[in-house]
Amino acid sequence: MAPVATPFFFYLLAATMIIGGILVITRKNAVHSALALITTLLAQAGIYLMLYAPFVAGVQIILYAGGIMVLFLFVIMLISIERTIKERQFNKQWLVGIVAAAALGGLFIAVYTKGKSLFPEGRLIYAETQNTQGVAALLYDQHTGMYMFSFEIASLLLLVAIIGAVVMAKKRI
Amino acid sequence: MHEFIQYIQSYLRPNVTVPPGAAPNGGNIFWAVVYILLVFAGVSLGVICMNWLERKILAHMQVRLGPMRVGPHGLLQPIADAVKLLIKEDIMPAEADAVVFWVAPFIVVLAAFTVFVVVPFGPAHAITDMNIGILFMLGVSSLSVLGIVTAGWASNSHYPLIGALRSSAQMVSYEVAMGLAVVSAILMTSLHGLGLYGVGGPDASGTGTLSMIGIVQMQQEQHVWFLFKFFPLGLIAFAIFAVAMIAETNRAPFDLPEAESELTAGFHTEYSGFRWSLFFLAEYSAMIAVSSIAVTLWLGGWLRPFPNALSGHTWDLIFSFFPGLTFLFLAGMCAYNVQRMPKHPFFKIQTMGLAGFGAVLGLIGLILFIPPVRDRVGDIFWFVAKVAAFMYLYIWYRGTFPRYRFDQLMKVGWKVLLPIGLGVLILTAGAGIVGLSLSQPVTH
Repeated sequence: MAPVATPFFFYLLAATMIIGGILVITRKNAVHSALALITTLLAQAGIYLMLYAPFVAGVQIILYAGGIMVLFLFVIMLISIERTIKERQFNKQWLVGIVAAAALGGLFIAVYTKGKSLFPEGRLIYAETQNTQGVAALLYDQHTGMYMFSFEIASLLLLVAIIGAVVMAKKRI
Repeated sequence: MHEFIQYIQSYLRPNVTVPPGAAPNGGNIFWAVVYILLVFAGVSLGVICMNWLERKILAHMQVRLGPMRVGPHGLLQPIADAVKLLIKEDIMPAEADAVVFWVAPFIVVLAAFTVFVVVPFGPAHAITDMNIGILFMLGVSSLSVLGIVTAGWASNSHYPLIGALRSSAQMVSYEVAMGLAVVSAILMTSLHGLGLYGVGGPDASGTGTLSMIGIVQMQQEQHVWFLFKFFPLGLIAFAIFAVAMIAETNRAPFDLPEAESELTAGFHTEYSGFRWSLFFLAEYSAMIAVSSIAVTLWLGGWLRPFPNALSGHTWDLIFSFFPGLTFLFLAGMCAYNVQRMPKHPFFKIQTMGLAGFGAVLGLIGLILFIPPVRDRVGDIFWFVAKVAAFMYLYIWYRGTFPRYRFDQLMKVGWKVLLPIGLGVLILTAGAGIVGLSLSQPVTH
């Protein structure tokens, strides 16, 4: 499908993400922060769609916006809001913070100015209708699949995390 | 101006087989917008019909009459209810979190209506076709739990909070079982064999698809609804989905988030008027949405019964009469009841109203017999008819089963549906491999 009004949607989504990201750290109420984070994640899914990666966008919505953030909210809702509002929001690590921000900003400027030489010229283009099949081919195809092993290792990591959570949460199994 | 008319007409040609949102060269935006409006209006009309039907059917199941006062047989009751809700005072609790309280119903409604973007009412009758169709539907419909959770929390009241916690636990749990059932159906799209057990056929191996339209086309190509494929595996996966979808939409017997005997009204206790009606609208359109997922994945979507066994021009013609006949049947029911209405002058207006309603239904039925209309609406009719069967089942469950306890609900989700779903998924993959090896060409 031919892209429609691409710069407009890019700036819209990017602005949504930046505003959402700022709200996440400035809101005192944790539920408001979580809602802002959800907005950011949904806008990020939109960016993935614009990069012709609908599969990643769908997984982003299902896993982050629909799954993980619900569990976040589930926990946050049970926290007493009165106490968190009284707490100081920012700690005194501003020196470290400035260094980190400066490093990140420098990185952004470097990428912006020298980006053309840093990244490969062309990009791998799957047609939108081929994207999901392309992901599967990269993972599992007999000839072109090269990431199957690392992918399965990642799932093993998740399994370890699940078992760890069960062991820690339950006193008697 | 001339180009614009040509642009509009380009979608009306009979050889168009893709939805307006997915047509090549960026699609046809005009028709996409028209379809969005049509689907929105259709779903809202469906919700209104469901409102009346649910009350009437439940009443008849309990040997009552149900609404009888507003309009003949209570036909105008949903409209009266809507007017009542719109002019009701909108109350917000003093200690509520105003912004979140305001946003929550809109999250639920947006999530419930956005999924209809990919629902295929026919090969050309959908707003668009996405390569990740089913993934999009599951993802966006899972966002509605965010609205429910925030609604319960923002009310700043005990019953809504408990209802919201229950609903998020319930929806997250049943999403797992639902996902496994869906994956086993998607797996079947890649096993290209013909018939019940997928043996034989043109080329037994191949790639599957996540597109809603593609899934139905695969069922057509494989000459079998996925409900019957690898019998009884498809049937079991469908049963898991059928249970999980009721839990996902918070309907009886799994309506614990709004169990009125325990939690007054659950997460929407503090909502009233227009905002409450948004929750109502979202609940019913979510029911229609998950039913259409089930219809698309297992019941052949828009395909009429026996598209391959009873193929040919004659059978096509016979099946194309069904939409019109259905409306004529409804008109006949109206006529029968007009004649049964009490003859007292007090009922004169009601009798005339019912006769007028029947006349409109009969007129629609006659329009549906015109050949170009007949060819165009057949797929929509079969899709809607299958979804309507599910909607009736929803009402039937509500009239039949008592509400589950919460621990029973969790037990069913995690200890029954999840293991069975995993087993069905593994067996489907195994059956696919066996079918694949049986149908390998023996030339090498």
